[in-house]
Amino acid sequence: MTQTTTPQLVETDVRLRLFERMVILRRFEKRVYDLFLQGFVKGTSHLSIGQEAIAAGFGEAMRSDDWTFATYRGHAHTLSRGVDMAPVMAELMGRAGGLMAGKGGSMHLTSVEHGMMGSYAIVGAHLPIAVGAAFSAKYRKSGQVAVCFFGDGTTNIGAFHEALNFAAVYRLPVVFVCENNLYMEYTAIHDVTAVEHPAADRAAAYGLERIIVDGNDVSEMYRIAQARLTRARDGYGPSLIEALTYRHNGHSRADPGKYRPDAEVAAWMERDPIPAYRERLEREGVTTQALDAIEERVSIAVDRATESAKASPPPPAEAAYRDVWSDGGWQWRS
Amino acid sequence: MPDMAKLTIAQALNQALEAALMEDSAVVILGEDVGKDGGVFRITDGLFEKFGGDRVIDTPLAESGIVGTSVGLAMAGMKPVAEIQFFGFIYETMDQIASQAARVRFRSLGRYSAPMVIRAPFGGGVKAPEIHSDSLEALFTHTPGIKVVVPSNPYDAKGLLLSAIDDPDPVLFLEPMRLYRAFRDEVPEEAYRVPLGKASVVREGTDVTLIGWGPSMALVLAAADELVAQYDIAPEVVDLRTLTPLDEETIVTSVQKTQRAVVVHEAVRTSGFGGEIAALIQEKAFLYLEAPVLRVTGYDTPYPMTMFEDLWLPDTSQVVTAALSSVRF
Ligand SMILES: Cc1ncc(C[n+]2csc(CCOP(=O)(O)OP(=O)(O)O)c2C)c(N)n1
Ligand SMILES: [Mg+2]
Repeated sequence: MTQTTTPQLVETDVRLRLFERMVILRRFEKRVYDLFLQGFVKGTSHLSIGQEAIAAGFGEAMRSDDWTFATYRGHAHTLSRGVDMAPVMAELMGRAGGLMAGKGGSMHLTSVEHGMMGSYAIVGAHLPIAVGAAFSAKYRKSGQVAVCFFGDGTTNIGAFHEALNFAAVYRLPVVFVCENNLYMEYTAIHDVTAVEHPAADRAAAYGLERIIVDGNDVSEMYRIAQARLTRARDGYGPSLIEALTYRHNGHSRADPGKYRPDAEVAAWMERDPIPAYRERLEREGVTTQALDAIEERVSIAVDRATESAKASPPPPAEAAYRDVWSDGGWQWRS
Repeated sequence: MPDMAKLTIAQALNQALEAALMEDSAVVILGEDVGKDGGVFRITDGLFEKFGGDRVIDTPLAESGIVGTSVGLAMAGMKPVAEIQFFGFIYETMDQIASQAARVRFRSLGRYSAPMVIRAPFGGGVKAPEIHSDSLEALFTHTPGIKVVVPSNPYDAKGLLLSAIDDPDPVLFLEPMRLYRAFRDEVPEEAYRVPLGKASVVREGTDVTLIGWGPSMALVLAAADELVAQYDIAPEVVDLRTLTPLDEETIVTSVQKTQRAVVVHEAVRTSGFGGEIAALIQEKAFLYLEAPVLRVTGYDTPYPMTMFEDLWLPDTSQVVTAALSSVRF
């Protein structure tokens, strides 16, 4: 259902690609928000607006056969692996042309061809699963790395600790990325966590380095992603990265985020990763026209993806009864 | 006849695991103490020495980590066989089994799957406490996407385990703890398969169908002997072997013939799998029935302390009594 004839990501200069990736994620998510308000987006959705630098940096640094494990806040990570906008948009709208044929919605984005191993709605569940994938890479000596994204709130559930210990014990090629946006759903992470830095301050417990990075700085994210992916590929085991960031919107669809102090929101809005990077590129000599051209192109691509998604029909009801068992059905009795 | 050693269930399972490791390099075994020490019940004994620590993996004490890691291994093309030391510890893994392993295929439109086996010793009768004796199979027969396999003898144990490892869906493989070393059977040396989803009619009869699985088969068979010897009743005995997928046909055909059924399980009564079987029979064989389908089960309590265990567990006399009241209804 991809209608675009040009690839989604066209820049070749890494700096421009990072910018382009962030613009794709931002404009896509903004459109999703609008479509939600208009009643087109079905079910829930969790946006990554404000957190784009993390997905963009990793998306750029990862090898095409590496694996991504994301949470319900997974649109950005899916797009950043190169999945087209149109099927993702259609999926959020619950259309037959969606990435999961309209059956999964926002929280089930998966793409085998892009190494997108799934979006997981149970907090923490995907950390041990990423460990398993990394186990297979090590066993088969494939050089693949599993990258597992999750939030600050996730560091307080048992699966986080089980997975980190597993990964460290067997020196597995897995990079854990904690996107610390300071909140779980509505509770500030500091109110419910024994340490200042929910991920980094736990690293020592698993013999790992304490890594804290500016999650709103895309070049920093790209640099740390490259370094840690290489390290994992070279057999030096797992990493745990805590990336400091902030979500501009509420936790999910209709949450206005009122539990956050105005001054805090304002301060983080000042640190929006996209304008900051744009200014930096301009200082480095990239022309305004070149950057505008990217914004313009992405904007058209988002429009096209939206139109194509809207044109897609709803899925047939039988989709709900498919793929429970390996015979393709749901009623497996002998 | 080729080699026909007399093996216990424990030995037969060990042979199956060895054969699987030999046949397919994608098979790995993981669990607490399964490697160097061969496992709590010594089912993986000797495999670490033969196949090494990359394939027979001693894990940290973390059940949800073990199962979650297995899901990831399976999604990435491996065939993990995880061991949970006692079935009661499965509660720790509910999320990874029920919300992850069982749904990987559904959520990914069949593009990913989780072909993995979780082995767990289960059932009572060995003077182990609660949690170490529980029969929780109905939690998983109530979970679409995971198969549930329960052997009751050495021959089936080996053949079913090999089929479970081959199977493209996740399989929960329940091993009757008290039968591990209770008796021996002739077990072929080669790596044969017993298909999943096929019940076995262990004894043919005309008067009443006795249905069981796993550890309950021991008392069902003893009750059948007694019914024949003392009451001149000819029971038909069905060992389900696989609870999901369920062999409806064998059950229904048998009940159509005998017109009576008694289901036996150790698990607590309410919402136990026996209720499902009773419902199936009335849906598919209502007009054949001469008596209500009866259940012989554990009580609706947590598993009792050791001194009450024999009181609590279903026994042969209860099965005989239920069969008689069905026949005399
Ligand atoms: C095990 C579990 N408990 C609770 C929830 C409900 N829930 C969904 S997201 C969320 C907050 C997670 O916070 P964090 O890990 O910081 O991720 P973020 O949403 O900030 O990206 C909660 C409580 C859940 N999905 N899974
Ligand atoms: Mg958070």
